[in-house]
Amino acid sequence: MRIGAAVRVMALAGAAALVVMPAFTATSVVLNWGFLILLYTALAQSWNLLGGFGGQVNLGHAAFFGLGALTTRILWLHGMAVSAALLAGTAAAAAAGLVIGAPGLRLRGPYFAVGTLAVAEILRITVGNILPEVSSLPAARLAAYAITPRYYLALGLAACVTITARMLAHSRFGYGLAAMREDEEVAEAIGVSTFRYKLLAFIISSGFAGAAGGVFGYYHLSFYPQFAFNPVWTFDALLITFLGGVGTVWGPLAGAVFFLLLREVLALRLGELHLLIFGVLFILIVAALPGGFVEAWRSLPVMRRELVAEASNSVADSVRRRRRSP
Amino acid sequence: MILLQNAIFGLLIGGIYGLGAVGLSLVFGVLRMLNVSHGELIMLGGYASFWLFTLWRVDPFLSMLVAGPALFLIGGLLYRILFRHFIHFPEDQKIKNSILIGFGLALVLQTLAILAWGADERAVTPVYAGRVIPLGPVVIPLSRMGALLVAFLVLGGLHLFLTRTRRGTAIRATSQDEMAAALMGIPVNTVFLTAFALGSALAGVAGALVSVSDAISPAIGLSWTLKALIVIVLGGMGNIFGTFVSGLFLGVAESVSGFLFGNVYREVVGLVLFLLVLSLRPQGLFARS
Repeated sequence: MRIGAAVRVMALAGAAALVVMPAFTATSVVLNWGFLILLYTALAQSWNLLGGFGGQVNLGHAAFFGLGALTTRILWLHGMAVSAALLAGTAAAAAAGLVIGAPGLRLRGPYFAVGTLAVAEILRITVGNILPEVSSLPAARLAAYAITPRYYLALGLAACVTITARMLAHSRFGYGLAAMREDEEVAEAIGVSTFRYKLLAFIISSGFAGAAGGVFGYYHLSFYPQFAFNPVWTFDALLITFLGGVGTVWGPLAGAVFFLLLREVLALRLGELHLLIFGVLFILIVAALPGGFVEAWRSLPVMRRELVAEASNSVADSVRRRRRSP
Repeated sequence: MILLQNAIFGLLIGGIYGLGAVGLSLVFGVLRMLNVSHGELIMLGGYASFWLFTLWRVDPFLSMLVAGPALFLIGGLLYRILFRHFIHFPEDQKIKNSILIGFGLALVLQTLAILAWGADERAVTPVYAGRVIPLGPVVIPLSRMGALLVAFLVLGGLHLFLTRTRRGTAIRATSQDEMAAALMGIPVNTVFLTAFALGSALAGVAGALVSVSDAISPAIGLSWTLKALIVIVLGGMGNIFGTFVSGLFLGVAESVSGFLFGNVYREVVGLVLFLLVLSLRPQGLFARS
């Protein structure tokens, strides 16, 4: 219990620090860092809502991120307020989730995963064909650019998604999803309407992915529209979620911090090689530590107790042995 | 006439689509695992052919005799190191884990290829590369014709192996009922290993054939995985000749629609077809229902 309380205090202190950070740091480097961690947390958590809590592997998450980014960016650059543009981006991605999920989530086996992968590729190629030009901020926008509002937007979004995940984990809806993840037939038999649960989780998940994309579109100075649909967004979301702990509330945050630290260190020194390390890391986690950091952290007290028990046993053994030997 | 010519090009490339898909279909049919890094294995086969040609002028049609066995070994290793660990998981978990592992593996293989050979597009250019057989108003490129023939022969050979040999029968039995096969004394773990390695070897051969007519680069993997998946879904699972026919079908559909809607959309057409079939007829277009 004491550890739990300490963690809670630390979490509160961390949250407070995140809120007041822009007032104290003059350099935008730190804020950029914070922004990226929060953006990736939001993106990974949005994948986690369906993939972790519901067990449905969506390999086309980049499609929703890209839709949000594109919609928000275009509306914002055409003069809409950023908040309205962001809402529109979220709505567009959520609507796409409904349209794709309604037929897609009826598929069993591997077909949902490969179907979403196909959807993302269709969108990526089509967007690349229709909008081949790089999207840059016009001079007036560039002059007015400040990192602080972007940072707060990312903070608000990351908080929103994490709170949603936490509420979900302790709700009837969340328990239904968990039951479905473990055994779909049994869940159906005890009265979980699995298709409706999946669809709702998918819509929430893609809506949040769209919001993350929208924040990205508002943040980035210039990028090719196609880039927001790149499968790398899906991969990063999966890697972060699995690193931190798939199906846990705090996993995506822990994973995002680790991922960005490692990427910074590795990408600077190793260039392309860092992708190799990420790939190997991902495979290792899936194969050997399916619970990620959060699971490892949770099992720490158990491990410690076992270690202590083992140590005291061996001490007792050696004492016994010594007594026996003359 | 241009339409007919496009259809012929599509038909010729379609043989490779079929061959690329059969390996993935075999692995899924026997192990109930979906290796989404199958396209990366095809990419490796393509590089084997490219380097054999560039360094020693080995003909790409001969290179596949090297690419196949090389990928057989690589596939066997990948199975032993990665995929074996969850072969006895419940089916849902097995499929999910194999997709995740394959997703990571795709990134690893792609990055390895970039590190080793650079991100450039490579091509194999034997002396007969540009030769064509004129056939009335249309032409048939010699090398693509050869690729189609070889794909047909390899698939025929695979069919004979699966139906006429003891090992092939063991593979089919295991894919139908693992428990019964094990009770009949079939070493199912060896069968799983063989099937995975064989599926990878088919990817290697397909890759060598790809290099005859298409560019090879580290990034081609995903699009070949998707093509293989499209072909499998169109043709239905576990039918070699159905897969071959649906490969040809996809080739023609892509080429003709590329001609009609613009070449940049040829891949999109295949993917849309894939989604349509998935949602309307999940057992496949050519499967007996």
